Parts: sequence; C-alpha cells; structure tokens
Amino acid sequence: MGMEGIGARVKRKEDQRFITGKGRYTDDFKMAGMHFAAFVRSPHAHARIKGIDKSAAEAMPGVVGVLDGKQLTGDGIGNIICGWMIHSKDGSPMNMGAWSALATEYVRYVGDAAAVVIADTEENARAAAGAVDVDYEVLPAIVDPAATLNAGAPQVHDNAPGNLIYDWEVGTDVKTVDEALANSVHVTEMEIRNNRLIPNAIEPRAALANYDMADDHFTLYTTSQNPHVARLVLSAFYQVAPEHKLRVIAPDVGGGFGSKIFIYPEEIVCLWASKRTGVPVKWTAERTESFLADAHGRDHVTKAWIGFDADNKITGFKIDTIANLGAYMSLFSSSVPTYLYAILMSGQYDIANVHCNVRAVYTNTAPVDAYRGAGRPEATYVVERIMETAARELGVDPAELRRKNFVRSFPHQTPLILCYDAGDYDATLDAALKAADYAGFPARRAEAEKRGKKRGIGLSCYIEACGLAPSAAVGSLGAGVGLWESAEVRVNPVGTVEVLTGAHSHGQGHETTFSQLIAERFGLPTDNVSIVHGDTDKVQFGMGTYGSRSGAVGMSAVVKALDKVEGKARKIAAHLMEADEADIVIENGEVKVAGTDKKLGWHEVCLAAYTAHNLPEGMEPGLKETSFYDPTNFTFPAGSYVCEVEVDPETGVTEVVQFVAADDFGRIINPMIVEGQVHGGVTQGIGQALLEHGIYTEDGQLVTASYMDYAMPRADNVPSYKLSTHETLCPSNPLGVKGCGEAGAIGSPPAVINAITDAIGNNNLSMPATPARVWAAMNG
Amino acid sequence: MYDVNYHRASSVEEAASLMSRAEDGKFVAGGQTLIPTMKQRLAAPSDLIDLRHIASMKGIRVEGGKVTIGAATTHAEVAGSADIARVCPGICSLASHIGDPAVRHMGTIGGSIANNDPAADYPAAMMALGADIVTNKRTIAADDFFAGLFETALEDGEIITSVSFSAPVKCAYAKFANPASRYAMAGVFVARFDDGSVRVGVTGAGSDGVFRHKGMEDALTSDWNAGALDGVSVDEGMMLSDIHGDAAYRANLVKVMAKRAVAAAG
Repeated sequence: MGMEGIGARVKRKEDQRFITGKGRYTDDFKMAGMHFAAFVRSPHAHARIKGIDKSAAEAMPGVVGVLDGKQLTGDGIGNIICGWMIHSKDGSPMNMGAWSALATEYVRYVGDAAAVVIADTEENARAAAGAVDVDYEVLPAIVDPAATLNAGAPQVHDNAPGNLIYDWEVGTDVKTVDEALANSVHVTEMEIRNNRLIPNAIEPRAALANYDMADDHFTLYTTSQNPHVARLVLSAFYQVAPEHKLRVIAPDVGGGFGSKIFIYPEEIVCLWASKRTGVPVKWTAERTESFLADAHGRDHVTKAWIGFDADNKITGFKIDTIANLGAYMSLFSSSVPTYLYAILMSGQYDIANVHCNVRAVYTNTAPVDAYRGAGRPEATYVVERIMETAARELGVDPAELRRKNFVRSFPHQTPLILCYDAGDYDATLDAALKAADYAGFPARRAEAEKRGKKRGIGLSCYIEACGLAPSAAVGSLGAGVGLWESAEVRVNPVGTVEVLTGAHSHGQGHETTFSQLIAERFGLPTDNVSIVHGDTDKVQFGMGTYGSRSGAVGMSAVVKALDKVEGKARKIAAHLMEADEADIVIENGEVKVAGTDKKLGWHEVCLAAYTAHNLPEGMEPGLKETSFYDPTNFTFPAGSYVCEVEVDPETGVTEVVQFVAADDFGRIINPMIVEGQVHGGVTQGIGQALLEHGIYTEDGQLVTASYMDYAMPRADNVPSYKLSTHETLCPSNPLGVKGCGEAGAIGSPPAVINAITDAIGNNNLSMPATPARVWAAMNG
Repeated sequence: MYDVNYHRASSVEEAASLMSRAEDGKFVAGGQTLIPTMKQRLAAPSDLIDLRHIASMKGIRVEGGKVTIGAATTHAEVAGSADIARVCPGICSLASHIGDPAVRHMGTIGGSIANNDPAADYPAAMMALGADIVTNKRTIAADDFFAGLFETALEDGEIITSVSFSAPVKCAYAKFANPASRYAMAGVFVARFDDGSVRVGVTGAGSDGVFRHKGMEDALTSDWNAGALDGVSVDEGMMLSDIHGDAAYRANLVKVMAKRAVAAAG
C-alpha cells in the first residue's frame, strides 16, 4: 500500500470545508424568484377534514398559492408507497393504506400535512399557514402498538382491518420450536420493548424545487441519502415528473442515519407546487417539524422464549414481535421488522430451531422506518438481553454461555434464510474480555461498593447483515428495487482521476476512503482524485448509502471499474514500451516493465490514451470505465461489546464508566474513519439505552417534540471508548470489506442494559434506563 | 417569529415609558426563554423593550455581608464574581451551572426571576437567601415574590432593578438536571445564617413552582448535618410528575439534593 492506500489513516479531505463552514447544504442554495413553502400540519392524531377555508391565507401578503390534497391528487400526483412487498403467512399481500402527500380526507398523526402555503418569504408563508382554517372532525386515536390490535381499537386505515398490516413468520416450523422448548431443561422467557427513537440529524430535511417551463424540466435539491432512488420513485410511482426531465441533487447532507432514505411528502409537494405556481419553491424543516414528521425508528413489543439442554446448548428460540409502523407505510418500513430484523435472530449462535413471528401494525403516530441499524438493533437487543438473562438464570458466566453456543464453522446456514460466510466470534469475544479486564471486575465492583456505587458489567455479541444486497435475493423477498451499485472511473489526460459513485456521503467520508482505493491501485496521492456523487445529471445511476453498504457494494463497483481501467492502461503501456502486458507494474504513479529500467509516468500513459496517436490496433481512445456491481451475498460484521456502569443508588443515575468494542468489519480501508463510525454508533446506542424516547400521549400528541423533552446523548454521557478490530475477510466481495456504519448502534444497547440490570440486581428494566426508571427498579 | 419592534432602553424610566406606550410590549432581559418562545410563534409581542443595557441595573456590589446584584447582571458575571464568591460562593456555583455558556452570557438574574420558570435555578436561591427583590416601585421579599408557575408579584410595567441579600454563614446549591433540557428536576439551595437559622429553597420539583421546605429548615436549624434530613419527609402530593420522573422520584430527589447541598456547604 502507498502512504494513502488501503489501511492508511488518511485525514478526511471533506473536513476542511465542513469545519470552516464552507459546506453547501440544500438550504444554502438560492434561485431567482425563489418562494417558500410552509405546511399546515394536523394538530390532531386522527381527524376527518370537513373543509378547508383558504380565503384569509390567500389574501395575506406575498402568498402565491394555498394548495390542498384534492388539488394534488387532481393533478395526478400518486400516493406515497412502501417499496417492499411482504406477504402474510396466509399468503395475502400486506395491507397498505393510502398516503397522499397532502391529506385528502383524513389526517392520521399529529404533523400530517393537510395543506401548503407558497409565499415570497418564509415569514409570510408561515404566517399564512397559520391562517389556513382547516375544519377537523376529531376522531378517536390509537398509539400503542399492542393495543392497536385489540377489538374495538380506532381504525387507522379502512383497508387494514384491526390495524394489522401483515402477520408474517420466518424460520423453523413453529411446532418444532415449541416441542424443542417443551423438551428443554431450562426455558428463559422475556417481554422486551424497543423504544421509539427520533433520528435528529444535525441538518433538518429540506427541499428546493424548480420547474423550468422553457425546457419542461424539473430540478430538485434535497437532503437525500439516495438521489437516484428519489428520482425513480418520484417519477415512476408518484408521477411528479418523468425521469428524464427530473434532476435530483443531494449536495452536502448533514447526517442521515436512515431518515433521509425515504421520499417524503414535502419533496413531492415542492416539485408539484413549483409547476403549479410557476416559482421555485424551498422548504426547510424547523426542528419541531423534524420531530413530528421525520420517519421515527424502532418501537417494537416482543415476547421471546429460549430453551437450553443440560449442557447449556440452545435447543430452540421463539420470538413474537409487534412492530409499530405508525400511520403510514414509509418507503422501506415493511422490510425493517422482517428481512432486517427477524432473520438476524440466530445471532452468533448455532441454533437448530428458531421461529420468529412479526405483526406489523398501524397507529396514529409518525411513520416508522429504517434508523441506524434498522431492525438489527432490535434483533440484537432481543437475542443479547435474553442470552444474558438466561446465563443469570442458569447460573453460568454470560461469556461462557455465549461461547458454548457460537457458530464456529463457515459457511453456516441458519434456519432464518441467512448463510453466514465468515467470522471468528471467539476472537472478538476474547479481545473484548481482555480489553475490559473481565477477570478483574469483582474487585472493581467491591471498590465501587465502598464509594456507595453499584457497579455492573454487561456483554453483547452482535451480528448484522450488511452490504445490502444481492438484487435477485432481495427481489425474491419482495423488494421493489435491485440493490447493486455503480461506479465510473474517469482518468483524465493528465492522469488525475474522477470517480462517479452512486453511493452518497452524508458524513461517512467517502471523498477520502473512495480516493484511497485509487491511491492503492495506482500509487497516486488522494489529492489527485475527486469523488463525484449526489447528482443524477452527473452520476450514471446508484442506489445510495444506507445499511452499511457503501464499502461492501459501492467500493466493490469502484474496484470493478478500476480493474477495467488498469487492464486498458496496461495494454497501452505494454504497447508503448514494447513489453509483455504481464510484465507491466503500476506503482507510485509510474508504469514500469518488471526486470528492466523501462518506465513511463502514469500521466504519460493516460495522455497516450487520449492523444490516440499510438494505441494498440483496434483500441478505442480514452480511459474511462463503468461498472455495475451486484453483491452475491450479504456481509456479516460481528463483534463483542462489554459495558461497565456505575449506578448511583440515591438518584438512579447511570454512568457508563467503561465501554469496550471489539469488531470484525473485514478489511479496513481507513482505521480512523472506522473508529469514528464506531464512536458515533456506540454513542447513539448509549443514547437509546439511557436517554432517547419518543413518547406520545394516549390521544396522540408527541410529548417529546423538542430537546426540552427528547434527550440526545452528549459528550458527558459517554466514556472514552476502548476499540479494537479483528479482520476476517468477507469472501463475497473483492475487497473483503463488511461494513462498519451501524455496528455500534446495533451492538451497544443490550450491553448497557445488561450492565445496569447486573448492577442493580433487577432484570425488569426497559430502555431508556432513565434515572427515574432505574431508581424505581431499585426501590420498587 | 412574527415582526416585532425592538427598543434598547438606556434607563429604567425610559423602559417604563416605552412599555406604557407599547400596544402589547414585553420586557426582555436576556431573552433566553422569551426569544425561543417567539421563534416558535407561541408569543407575539408588538414591542420588545430591552433592559440589558441599562447601566444602573448592571453590576455587583458587596458591602460587608450585604450583596446587591443588578438585575441586568448576567449569569456569567455572577458565576465569575470574586466579591460574591468570598461571602456567598453557593450562588456563584449555581450561576455557573445555568444552561450553557451562551445562555450564561445572555441571561440575567432579573430576567430569570421575573420569568419564574418552575425549573429555573435562581428562585431557589432567592427563597433560601431571603433576598429582597427591588423594583422601580418597591421592595418585595422573596417569600412574597414568587407566586406559582411563571407567576410573580410583579405588576404590569414593574421592572426588577436589583436583588439584595445578607450573606449567609454557609450555603450551597445542589441540582439534579433533567436528562433532556438540563433544567433542574430538583434543585435545592440551603443557607445557614449567623443566628443559626436555616432556609431551604426548592426548585424544579414542586407542582406549584419554587417553595421553601419547613420540615428541612427545622431539622437543619436544630442539627446542621445532612443526616438530620433522614427523618424528614417530602410530600409527594406537592411534587410534579412527568415523563422524566414521577412524584415519588422527585420527592426522593429533593431529599437527596438537600443532603448533598448540606454536605457541600460544609
């Protein structure tokens, strides 16, 4: 490797502009004649719109349009859809209720958009939005995911009887699992809730849409993790604009965590309203709108049973989950509690019998969709909470119970579709226990006791499926899209390189890590490489960034394109130096003939490709290649986390005093960026475990609609982390990478709760383990 | 935010006169509550009259044991005052933990007291220190000043110009911060005076705002020791209950914070 090749701690190229305030985000773009949208949002969780009186708003200064859902659908704009079909176990398709970008007859959660005002300034738009008089007939609402299934619960959508979207299962035949549990020496049973989270990217969602009448062409700047998917969906499903007449640009994006994958009502409305009113339309969410109307995450209610034989080997594992999808089915919502959740229930363990049943339900709450980890944190929380609990009930060391059941031979076919390709779970557990000084814990606990603190330790051995995903496989499971990625490598005549990727960076550091692939291949400095992404007019196509896929899928496409570029460059060099192509060596920016002193500068070979004065017979000029890479399997990052906490028994305050993460991410391109991803992921996981909770009142008002009540993790909530990595290479992609973006958020919550419940000696504790809850658990 | 007319008053008299002429005026003395409320369009005054630049309302005076703090003095100025620290370090410590640095450099003691947020820190200190709240019209004892959630004895157009109190022999403030907002969920200020009497002010926890706890005061007057609070009960019926903690938890916090404050005061 060169100084900046694979494995080098190259500093992030993009940070210069970010930390000097020079980043360009959607809200930074301005257009001549630009107007502003302000949405009229429902204050009720469930209501029928009896009428909308727009007259006062229309008469207000600067207002050019007050538009509603009937006008939107009247113009042929289609309903928002969920792009992953799930069939219930009786074979019936999921019950998807209609979702119009502006409500036509009913509003179904607080924040649901009933109308929009377009005006010349943000202030005028907001003032006029406040003057739109919507006549609501308030209806009964339901917010609890379990209670929504009860007979007599208010119905959210007519075509989802009993508020059931689907009743789905996966795994071993349930009777077989029940028999295995019945024949077990010990069965551990738990009820587990996974708390609703609200994403809170630093940059709120925004859109700037313009319809150019002269060219009959639309442009949309938007906060998207996947601009091509946005264009496809806006065009093919919502009929907002034909695909060839719509340019989607996702410029610098300040964090996504999944919440910017989806196509939301606001982007659709801005595009439509721009054509309808004849002005460019901008909308930037206020933070309260982000709380109300960004897709939320998690919100599961689960019962689980796990059985063991006399040797403490797992005999069977049964899981029954209710997943709250909110008031509407967001773009990938159906896949999160199924193919991103249930099929991970085997964890790192060799379990012959696993069955998971999932019922997805409607409630009068904000839509719930993928949020960092998306299904896998929920799965890991179930598996690792119940393993720790079982160890306590069985009276065995939690680390040993896990070790007893680890998968050790690969490939390993689980009963839950997935086939684990490679891993070494003993290695990461050993590394974590060593770094945590597991053996020394009793002494630390005794020392803490003298200071009046309750010290506890908790483990979590997680596995996740990333690198989404083999297109044919996900297609057979109901996905409406393929999940390949594309790349184009353009070598310029002077030898500099542009890489166009369909992946999208919104914090991940692609401009650095993708450049390192070129540095590795040709020995060029990363400064000679530019990474182009986030613009459908520039990049050929792409599926975007989520599910820790940029490395495993996006970089693989770059590698495939580089293979083609290198092959052509070798042919040109061999021809120019009259050498055998097999003897050509490219390193440190030079192209050499092995065993001789013959060499050319990299730039000389590139220039030759473009002058085309002396190319091999029949070769086309130029040096630019494209690849579409479709993965052959998921990747399986895995690791072990050890959390140690001290609880103040007087106040219930938990301090995370040590957190150890030992991860296997496969090949690591940039260790510094990987560490940053783990820091961020673990911090989000600690946030879920200790602080964050989206709470609705029974009548559907969001209590936690601001930072006054929604607690985000801050620097003083987390310790300095102890990290290590162990590399087993992923066999299914050319780099051997697995992905690291979500692991921290997936693996950490159960480690934290296991540690607190160990400290306080009461296992009955839900996330978030707020001081009040912990104190109650100690004094209840 | 709706349009508003901003006025920077240079004297108390000018401020009062501006207010009397305003259609729906509001005094602003740092704006750390009012401005966010206006940004959310939950308040829409016609005029803002800024008190923060009135020279006679700024500054700190310590004469013997008597402390006077101008109402327009920022939290950062109180936190950093060596003069106050010499006679009453508890209030410096309290001020140093209000909000974040931006809040502490904009927010003022007068603004905080006039707003009387039930989770604000200063009201607990004013109660425990038996402070006098001095306005452009009169002097009001802290016990008579705070009148429930966001309510005070201030009349329309009345402006707090300063607060003053006699430094106690010992004092300290212990705050349990809300995990989200970091306002007090229970903040207890204890002060012991040279006649042996003790006053205890509690913020953040009470369902009717800041209050003094007579049981704790009596116990600590007879025995200035954290352990003296063991037998004192805190009435759950007086406590707030919300998503961050129920009444039983807050009652517990009040006692724990009181004990920690006594221990810190030494």
